[in-house]
Amino acid sequence: MKDFSRLVFGKELISLAESNDFIIFNADTKSCAIEEFGKKYPERNFSFGIAEQNLIASAAGAARCGEKVYLATFATFASMRACEQVRTFVCYPNVDVTILGSHAGLQTGTDGATHISTEDISIMRSFPNMTIVEPSDYVAAKKLARLSLDFHTPLYIRFPKTATPQIHDENTYSMKIGVSNLILNYGNDVAIIAMGWILSWAMEAAEILKGMGINAKVIEMHTVKPLDEEAVIKAAKDTGAVVTIEDHTILGGLGAAVSEVLGENIPTYMQRVGVLDRFGVSGEPKFLYEENNMTVSDIISACKKVIAKKESK
Amino acid sequence: MNINELQNKVKWVRRITLEMINKAGSGHPGGSLSEAEILTVLYYNVLNIDPRRPDWPDRDRFILSKGHCCPPVYAILADLGYFPKEELNTLRKYKSILQGHPSIITPGIDMVSGSLGNGLSVGVGMAMAGRKQKRNYNVYVMMGDGELQEGTIWEAAMSAAHHKLNRLIGIVDYNKIQINGNVSDIMAIEPLADKWKAFGWKVIEINGHDLNEICDTFRSEKYDSVRPTVIIAHTVKGSGVSFMEGNCAWHGKAPDEEQLKIALNEIGGTGI
Repeated sequence: MKDFSRLVFGKELISLAESNDFIIFNADTKSCAIEEFGKKYPERNFSFGIAEQNLIASAAGAARCGEKVYLATFATFASMRACEQVRTFVCYPNVDVTILGSHAGLQTGTDGATHISTEDISIMRSFPNMTIVEPSDYVAAKKLARLSLDFHTPLYIRFPKTATPQIHDENTYSMKIGVSNLILNYGNDVAIIAMGWILSWAMEAAEILKGMGINAKVIEMHTVKPLDEEAVIKAAKDTGAVVTIEDHTILGGLGAAVSEVLGENIPTYMQRVGVLDRFGVSGEPKFLYEENNMTVSDIISACKKVIAKKESK
Repeated sequence: MNINELQNKVKWVRRITLEMINKAGSGHPGGSLSEAEILTVLYYNVLNIDPRRPDWPDRDRFILSKGHCCPPVYAILADLGYFPKEELNTLRKYKSILQGHPSIITPGIDMVSGSLGNGLSVGVGMAMAGRKQKRNYNVYVMMGDGELQEGTIWEAAMSAAHHKLNRLIGIVDYNKIQINGNVSDIMAIEPLADKWKAFGWKVIEINGHDLNEICDTFRSEKYDSVRPTVIIAHTVKGSGVSFMEGNCAWHGKAPDEEQLKIALNEIGGTGI
C-alpha cells in the first residue's frame, strides 16, 4: 500500500496533542495536515499566512520562552526563503523547533523548479546543532512523530509530496534518530545506502541484483545529520563498494556526507545516485527520475559500476 | 530611579559604551548613544526582571533587534549584576561572553540578534508563548530606523496586529541616520507613524532623549489593551558627543584614545 508520509506525520502528531504540550505555527500551505490543529486547540495554534521568515523567527522566539514548536511549509521555502531564520534564530540558540519540509525531491514533479526542493539537505546540513531526518515511508513517519516529541533541539524533517510505498511493518519497525537500519543483507558485493522513500527502489534493485548473482546490502539512512558514521564505515569495510541514493541533489546531501566519512576514514569506491547538478522541470516524476539517472535500473548500473571499479583495483 | 539618578546613569552608560568600543577597537557608537536614555529607563524603571533569576519565566522580555548597538545593554546588565563588570573589558574578544552582536551566552540576553529585521518576529513568538502560558509579561523590541527597510519587520508587524499581541511593545530608535547617510536619502521610511497605524498598531511618538517623557510613556496604561503598541522615539545619532552627533561616519567606527578623551569630557559624569 501507499500513503503520504507528510500527512501521516501530521495526523499522528495531532493525535498525540492531548498528552503532549506543544504548539503549532501554521503557514498557509497544504503541507503536513497540521492546518486543522487550530480547530481543536485554538490556544496552541498560530496562523502566519504566507510569510516564512516571520514564521520561523517567531517560532524561535516562542521556543526561547519554553515552547516546543512545530511548523510546516514546503521544503524549498523552509530551507531557502527562511534560510537565515533557521540558521541564526533556530540553530544558533539551539531551540526546540521542528521544521517539517514537504514537497522535497522530484516527486513534486509537475510543480516545476520553483517548488521542487533538491537543495534543502545541503543547506540545512551546514548549520551547527541541526538534525535532519527523512522517513522512508508512512510507517517511519508515524514513528518519527512520536520520537520528535522527545527531541528538544533543532530538527528538520523532509517529506515527498506524493504517496509512496509502504516499506516497514508497523509492528516491528524500530527507529532511533541518528542510527541507521540494515534493511537487506544479501552479502558483501556492494552496500546501498538510501534515504527517504527511494529506499524502496534501492530494495527493488537489491532483489534484482540478487537474481543476477550480485549480493547487496541495503541500509536505511533516515538521519543524514548526524550521520551514522559507524554504519557507513562498517558497510565500506564489509563490501568495499558503496552506492548512495537520495531524492536530492548529489551536491551536499547524503552522497556527499557518506563520501566525506569514507574519504577521511576508509577510502572506498562509491557512486552517488541523486539529482544531478540541474534544476527540476515540470513533468511526471518518473520522467524526472529517468532524466537524473535515478531509476531502479540506474541504481543497478551504479552498483555494477562500483563493483567493477573495486574488482579492477 | 528618579530623574536625577537616571540622568547620572545615562551619562555612565554613554561613558562605558564608548570605553568598551574603544577597547574593542570596533563597534557602533552612533546608534548606541542614541538609544541610551530609552535603555536606561527600560532596564532600571520599567522591565520586570530579576538579575538573580535571568531565566525567570514571568520576566519581561527585551529584544535588541538593532543588535549592533549592544554595548550599552551589556553595560547595564553588568551594572544590574547579571555578570561581573570586568567582563565589559572583553567585548568582541575571543572567548568573551560579550559577542559583537547579542548572543544567549550572555546572562540577561533573551535572544540572539544583529541580523536586522528579525527581532520583531522573535518578539511576536515570545508574546504568543506568553499568551499561551497565561503569563502577563510584556515583550519589548528595540528596532533601528534603518532596519525598518527590511521586509520581515512588516511581516512581523502584520502578524502582531492580526493576533492582537497587546503585550508586544515595539520601539523605534529613530535617529534618522544609517551607515551611509540619511535614512531619507537611502530608502525613505516616512510616513512612519502612518505605516504602523495602517498595520494595526497604536503609535506613540516621543523625544527619545527626554527622560520625563520616556518615563511617562513606558507605562501599561499607555499601551493599547488590544493592539500592539509602537513607540517611535525621535533621537539624535551619536547623542551626547558633539563630533559624533548626526554624523553617519560614527555609525560603525571606534573612537581612538584622543577622541575618547574628548567624548568622555563632553559626556561628563563618572566611570565605573
